[in-house]
Parts: sequence; structure tokens; C-alpha cells
Amino acid sequence: MNLWNTVLPYILSGISVGGQYALIAVGYTMVYGILRLINFAHGDVFMVAGLMMVYFAAAMPLYAAIPLMILLTVLLGFTIERVAYKPLRTAPRMSVMISAIGVSYLLQNLALYITGGLNKNYPEIPWISDKITVFGATTTRVTVITPFLTVVLVFALVFLINNTKIGMAMRAVSKDFETAELMGIRINNVISATFVIGTFLAAVGSLLFFSNYPGIVPTSGAMPGLKAFVAAVFGGIGSIPGAVVGAFIIGISESLIKGLDTILLTRGLIAEQMDFSTFSDAVTFVLLIVILVFKPTGLFGEKTTDKV
Amino acid sequence: MIDKQATKRKNLISLIAVLAFLALVLALDQIIKPTSRMYMLLTVLQKGSVYALAAVSMNLLNGFTGLFSLGHAGFMLIGAYTYAIFSIPSDARDTVYQYFDAAVRISFPELLGNALGGFGTALGVLISVLLAGLVAAVFAYLIGLPVLRLKSDYLAIATLGFAEIIRAIFQWKKLGPVTNGSNLLKNFARCSTFKLELGGTTLSLSTFVPVLIATVCIAVIVLLVNSTYGRAFKAIRDDEVAAEAMGINLARHKMLSFCTSCFFAGVSGASMAMVLSIAQANNFKSAMTYEILLMVVLGGIGSISGSVIGAMLFISASEWWLRGLDSGTFLGINAPDVFRNGFRLVVFSIIIMIVVLFFRKGIMGDRELPEVLGNLLRRHASKPAVKEAQGNE
Repeated sequence: MNLWNTVLPYILSGISVGGQYALIAVGYTMVYGILRLINFAHGDVFMVAGLMMVYFAAAMPLYAAIPLMILLTVLLGFTIERVAYKPLRTAPRMSVMISAIGVSYLLQNLALYITGGLNKNYPEIPWISDKITVFGATTTRVTVITPFLTVVLVFALVFLINNTKIGMAMRAVSKDFETAELMGIRINNVISATFVIGTFLAAVGSLLFFSNYPGIVPTSGAMPGLKAFVAAVFGGIGSIPGAVVGAFIIGISESLIKGLDTILLTRGLIAEQMDFSTFSDAVTFVLLIVILVFKPTGLFGEKTTDKV
Repeated sequence: MIDKQATKRKNLISLIAVLAFLALVLALDQIIKPTSRMYMLLTVLQKGSVYALAAVSMNLLNGFTGLFSLGHAGFMLIGAYTYAIFSIPSDARDTVYQYFDAAVRISFPELLGNALGGFGTALGVLISVLLAGLVAAVFAYLIGLPVLRLKSDYLAIATLGFAEIIRAIFQWKKLGPVTNGSNLLKNFARCSTFKLELGGTTLSLSTFVPVLIATVCIAVIVLLVNSTYGRAFKAIRDDEVAAEAMGINLARHKMLSFCTSCFFAGVSGASMAMVLSIAQANNFKSAMTYEILLMVVLGGIGSISGSVIGAMLFISASEWWLRGLDSGTFLGINAPDVFRNGFRLVVFSIIIMIVVLFFRKGIMGDRELPEVLGNLLRRHASKPAVKEAQGNE
């Protein structure tokens, strides 16, 4: 077996995971670009979207469940912003971040209460969960369509930001909050729109992410959320293409680490299992720290200077 | 104007209050039996003191130096593991390290206990605890070198990342001979076994020891905060550029604050291992850091007594007072359908959100307990004087 055949399945699944992270990362990067806030609750919104899908799919047909899930997730994102972040608009940044952590805590506990902490099986979605064969590697269809869907959605988003009035307002607000307000931009509407778009993408991402995984527990959202945020930082926070590139890099490296044992074993480079897969989560943070030390603004970030 | 005599008197009062509190805990430790309904109080005191120390050490960093770090769980993990590894007695080692060949073959409490008797065991525990703090501080130094240059949110996310990396390293199978892989460490010297033989009677120290550790450490942190270093920390928090212009070495002071905070986080981790009788990497997730942060917020960022009160309230509410919310009956209302498992945490997180949104200063704000109590006393003693003082403002 040659190297390509050993590595390919991991790269494919890495690209797929990367696509899912990208959809969450865009939400982080947009919110950060405008509010300068790490929205810690975003990962949990993603988890709640998954749980809603579990309950809706049990109660109604899929063609009704999916739109309803997306609608309610968007509503949740909107509500969180209005209730937990808007009152703190003039407060120090740390207070808003603490509020975000509080929301994350609340959502996780709420999910724990409703599910009773049990693992909920994600509904089987026909067609996208089917098995197919790509370049000799067997995988599910969702793995293949995720990156394409991600790219399409992101292009649509970039179009929206560059060519519409609300997009222009978003760019203005992220450049300078106060000046934008003086120019007559309704800050609150722009911020709400950002949250709506961000949570919409997270809802789509959760659909793709969880159909690849056996189940959801209340803490399922925390790790993907953190990784997506790291992806956003990696690509340069505030930059949408950066977040997407960062997400793909992180997805692929995570997947390669998961398979590193097998790859090295089949190549004969190591004699026994080294259990590198323990580090599949940690590698994300190693990448984060490396980029922060060498290029603190990320791959595509703008250079900022501190004013006294 | 600082009245030296008054300061001295205040210090003396504080010292007496602390000693009285310790004596009270020691007495409670003897009076309350495990079968008693009030036994919950001891559990709360044990866990509460662990979290109080953790919260105060986090406050030193977040509240006093303005470095927003979210890596606390990682440093507590290091502390808990260091303590556990160096206090597993030799005859228990093989049962603990079931799947590995234990690499660390030294147990301080046992070693010194054999040489010096009961006093030696206590000394051994103390050495293990100090070692736990030191190892955490060394890790903090190494991590601080790259990350302390980062600002606010970037620092938060980088430290959070380091905590996750540490957790992964401690669970790595290849380090199994030291850390026991992802299996838990147990059978080490723990609170429930701490006793004092005194002239025929046996005094139980299971609550006293963690409370004592927390009290001593918090006292040291209070002294640090009130020293010139503490003032430098506060200057950095209020305005970095101005502090630097005043001649404060930013890098050095930030590193000092970070390492000190992590030292005490390590000690609180060791104390947590002692209280829970186990150490397992999976318990030290970022959720634990968030909980500690919420305790700090509850008590008031920038107030040490606030953090202690916040931690104690948090633990009492979640372990004791709100228990009924989980088990069917609360305040006499019997509704098993609503009050089922997990409801307690929902109510609790809503309370926390209310504090975060509407009482941003927490319970104490940035004031300390003696100050608040002093003001209360004075107001009761001479109401007209207070009014006069307010009229002058």
C-alpha cells in the first residue's frame, strides 16, 4: 500500500471536519470582528441546534424538522445577543466575555436537564448519510458534500458582505463602532444581523457535523466550538476567508494526528502504537499557540497598533 | 494618613478572627458525625475551601493584575497529579498502577512517616503539597514565556488551550508509568485518613486540613496583594502603559503574578485530590475553569474576601441548599416532574446570569470584608456622624 492510500482517508475526513469547523468559525469571526467578543456560547448554540434536530426529527418529517431547527437556532442566537450581550454594550470587554461564559454554562445545564445527561442519537438523514467510495476510500456522502457546501455558503456570505447595504454596514461597524453610529448606522440591527447569520451557519454546520457522529451530549458543542474559534484566530480574526482556511488546516491536522499511529505503523516508522490520537484535541491548541507567538494577528489578519 | 496604631489593631483583630474560625472548624470536625444531617456542612467546608483557594488565586491574576487567564483547571490538574503521585504508599502502588510499571517510587508521607512517626507523615504531606505548587509554578513559567506577551482575549484563549494540552499530556498512555494514563490515581494520603492522636483521644482532621491549607495560602495572597508587588499588579491592571512609564517592569511583574497564581492553583489542586480521594485528568476540563471564574464574578472581581464568599456560596448552593431541586422536593413543594436531575444547575446558572447582567460588581465589588463590616459597625454606632460626613461630601 503506498503512502497516498494510507493518508488519503484521513485527509478526506479532515477536509470534511474542516468544513464543519469553518461554518462555526465564520460565526465567531464575524462576532469578534464587530463586538470584539469571544462568543463562548456559540459552540453551545451549535450543540442546542443538534439536540433540537434530535427532538424534532422524532416528532415530524425531516422536511419540516430541518427548517424549523434552523429557524429556532437563529432565534436563539438573536435572543442571546439581545438578552445577554446588549445590556453590556458599554461595559468592559471582560464583563461581556464573562456573560458569554455564563450563557454557555446555562445552555449546557439546560441541555443536561432536558436530556437527563443521556447520549441522544442523531437522526439518520437519508441520502447524505449514505456510504460512497471516493478514490478507493469508503466514506459517507456528507463527508464529500460538506466542503463544497461550506465553500458555496461562504462565497454567498462574502458576496453579502461586499455587495449589500447590510454588508457595508457590517464592515463599517467592525472598522469603527462610534463613527459608524454617527453616520446613522443602526448598530443594534447590524449586530443582530451578524448573530443571525452566524447562528444560521452554525445550525447548518451542526446538521453536517452530528450526522457523522453517533450522538450528542450536553458538552458536545464545547470542543468543536473552541476549535472553530482557534480556526478563526489562526486565519486572522475578523477575516472570513481566513477563518475558512484556518478551519480546513485545523480539521486536516486533527484528522492526521488521529491517524498518525496507523500511518507510521504501516510505513514501518514506529514499531508499536504510540497513542498519538490522545493529542487530537491538543494539536489544535499547539497550532494556536505557534501562530500567536509568531504571527499574532493570524494568517490573514490586519496589523493593528495600540494607541495610548 | 495612615494611623499605625489603628492598622496594628485591625491586623490583630483579623488574626484573632482567623484563629477563632480555625478553632471553630476543628471543633465542628469533632462534633459532627458522618451520620448527622449537618454532615453536609463539613463537605461544603472541605470543597468550599478548595474552591475558595482556587478562586482567590484566579482573582490574583484576573482581578488584581488584569491578566485574563482561563488555564486554571490545567494548573490544578498538575497540582493534583503531583501531590497524588508523590504520596501513594508503596504497598498500594501496584493496585493503583494496574497496567503500568510505576516509575515514581517515592512517597513523602510514607518515607517521613516511617522515619519520624506521625509528625513525619504530616511533614511528608506538606512537602507533597508544596511540590504540587512548585511544579505548577514551573509549568506556569514555561507557558508564560510565550503567552504573557498576548493581550486580553488572546491570552484567555491561549491559556485555555494550554490547559487542554496539559490534560492531553497527562492522559497519554506513553506517560502511564508516571501519570497512570487515563486511569485515576487513588489510595494516596487523603483527608478522611488525617487524624491526630492526643493523649488517648483521636481528633479527626478531615475538614481542618483543607481549611487550614486554604487559610494559610489565602493569607499569603493577602499579604502579597498589600505589598509593593500588589500595588504594582493593580497599576498594571488599571493602565499598562502608565504603569510602564512609572518604572514597573511589565514582563517581570506579569510573570510573577502568573507563577504565584499558578502555584496556589497547584496547591488547591493538591487539596482537591486530598478531599476527593482521587485524581483524574478528565475532571479538570475547561468547565471547571469557568466555574471558578463564575465564583470570582459572584464574589466580585478584585475582592479576595469576595472570592472566598463567592466560592463558599457557590459550593453550598450547588452541593447543599439547592439539592432539593434535583430530588423532587424543594421548600416543601413536591413536584418530581419538574424537580428532577439537573434542575438545580439550571436554576443556579440563571442566578449566575442575573448576577452577571444586573449586579456586575458581585457581592463585594472591589471592597474587602473588614472594610465592609467596619463601615456597618460605625454606621450603627453613630448614625448622625455618618450623616454629617455625607453632608460634607
